[in-house]
Amino acid sequence: MHMADALLSPAVGLAGYACSAATTGVALKKLNLEENEKKIPVMGVMGAFVFSAQMINFTIPGTGSSGHLCGGMLLSAILGPYAGFLTMIAVLAIQCLLFADGGILALGCNVWNMAFYGCFVGGGIIWLLFNRKHISRKGIILASVLGNIISLQLGAFSVTLETLASGITELPFSVFLASMQPIHLAIGTVEGLITAAVLLFIYETRPEILWGVEGKEKENTRFSLKGVLTILSAAFVFIGGFLSLFASSHPDGLEWSMERITGSTELASHGLLYEVLEKIQETTAILPDYAFSFSESAMGTSFSGVFGALVVLILCVIFCLILKKVKKNRIHE
Amino acid sequence: MDLESSGNQWIHLLHPVVKVMVTITYILFLVSYSKYALSSILIMGIYPAVMIIMGDISLKKLWKRLKAFFLLAFFLGIANPFFDHRPIFSIGNITITGGILSFITLYLKGIFAITASYLLIISTKINDICYAFRCLRLPKFLVSIFLLIYRYLFLLLEEAEKMMQAYALRAPGQKGIHFKVWGSMIGQMLLRSMDLAEVLYDSMRLRGFHGEYYFESKRKMEEKDYLFLMICLLFFILLRFFIKF
Repeated sequence: MHMADALLSPAVGLAGYACSAATTGVALKKLNLEENEKKIPVMGVMGAFVFSAQMINFTIPGTGSSGHLCGGMLLSAILGPYAGFLTMIAVLAIQCLLFADGGILALGCNVWNMAFYGCFVGGGIIWLLFNRKHISRKGIILASVLGNIISLQLGAFSVTLETLASGITELPFSVFLASMQPIHLAIGTVEGLITAAVLLFIYETRPEILWGVEGKEKENTRFSLKGVLTILSAAFVFIGGFLSLFASSHPDGLEWSMERITGSTELASHGLLYEVLEKIQETTAILPDYAFSFSESAMGTSFSGVFGALVVLILCVIFCLILKKVKKNRIHE
Repeated sequence: MDLESSGNQWIHLLHPVVKVMVTITYILFLVSYSKYALSSILIMGIYPAVMIIMGDISLKKLWKRLKAFFLLAFFLGIANPFFDHRPIFSIGNITITGGILSFITLYLKGIFAITASYLLIISTKINDICYAFRCLRLPKFLVSIFLLIYRYLFLLLEEAEKMMQAYALRAPGQKGIHFKVWGSMIGQMLLRSMDLAEVLYDSMRLRGFHGEYYFESKRKMEEKDYLFLMICLLFFILLRFFIKF
């Protein structure tokens, strides 16, 4: 689900960063690592563990294919959602920087699509829903499977929205959505089962490791209403932010997709919100002159332009090669 | 790659903050072009091309390491030619449609963005990248976690590989891990990792750890760093806003 840089427009990429940064701030504050520094090495080693465990392939019974472990849910079930989220950020940053898996500009969006939903929705809300009062085998299985499915579905939906808001691909919204959601439903189920298997093993051998089990320090990692509200508002800003982007650049597409999604065309009340958001966006845009992919005409591109650019690029490369040769010769002399 | 990133070329000696800033700005400017701006994207190829040549970056190794990603980038806009049939220009008998144009542009964007990230990693040690993150005011705990994961990643990857090998030797002809041992296999590895974390914390405490990783060298930006930063930024801005192809 890792997104590449080329799939995003700067505005969507920066919006992803802004939302992820806000959530990181909340998580850091909640965890209070200044006083809980013991958590830092645990988070580091667990991050490395998730990374290496993802390299292992699991056979899916009845099929010829294999699946792998999903990090966010497992990390949250052990470290708690806040610590899990921070660890996932570091894991995604390493995947991006060292393995070129996901782009640097897309890191903010990738954190949102995978770490946010996996840790707060799957590992937070759904985990607590089944394991709040007492932890049980049934609760672990249900939470793992449902949590993984829901967080992956949300992640896949966000990928579709982000790509569409960037206006890069010509793939229609419905086709993109229809190809993303079912695949991630299957992946989510398999990953959920693997996560459940691992967590059940831990539950039977060393249950005190699991987040939320009696006798474990819980005061700093428990969900408070304020925390949930902050995260939900970040989600609102994120989703509202790029729906407004979509509205400002492609109104027909929005009406069409709104109708598809909600089944109604009640856009009058929404239209005002979008207009206001668009105005705010216009006045506060960091890169006001960045190209909306829809606003710049394709007719501006001509064969001579492309040819000219290619010549300049080749000349530049030749110039550098000559310069390097001259430099080498001088060193030899 | 770790060894390569500690080389002695000018590209390695630049201040890490400058390299991180230039890379992010380059990618930001690169993706800001419209999906039909093929000529401008071609010109943006100057930055990676110049850096590869002048920084003596091995093209062979670059290709070997990134070919899978270059192939993946191919699929980013593969659908575009099927949905956008507007003719833009023609070369002889071949008509270039909007879809083909946006597909090529997207592919080049993908390749250039991946190459720019690779140039940063291949010329900067991971400690220096983290130092740059700290200079750019990223939270110290996040940077510490990042470095710890990096440090223990290879250890645990080796362990995972050994486990896979041992399993494969005992279960010949099996494609992956059988579902009956999904939990116990990864669970055992998880428990071992937790124990490792405990020992690690104790040893870090004994060496004076108080939540933050201390960097050995605190470098100041020199004239050449400022010069490189200015030239790159000026180049990107001129291309983006003033020179049109």
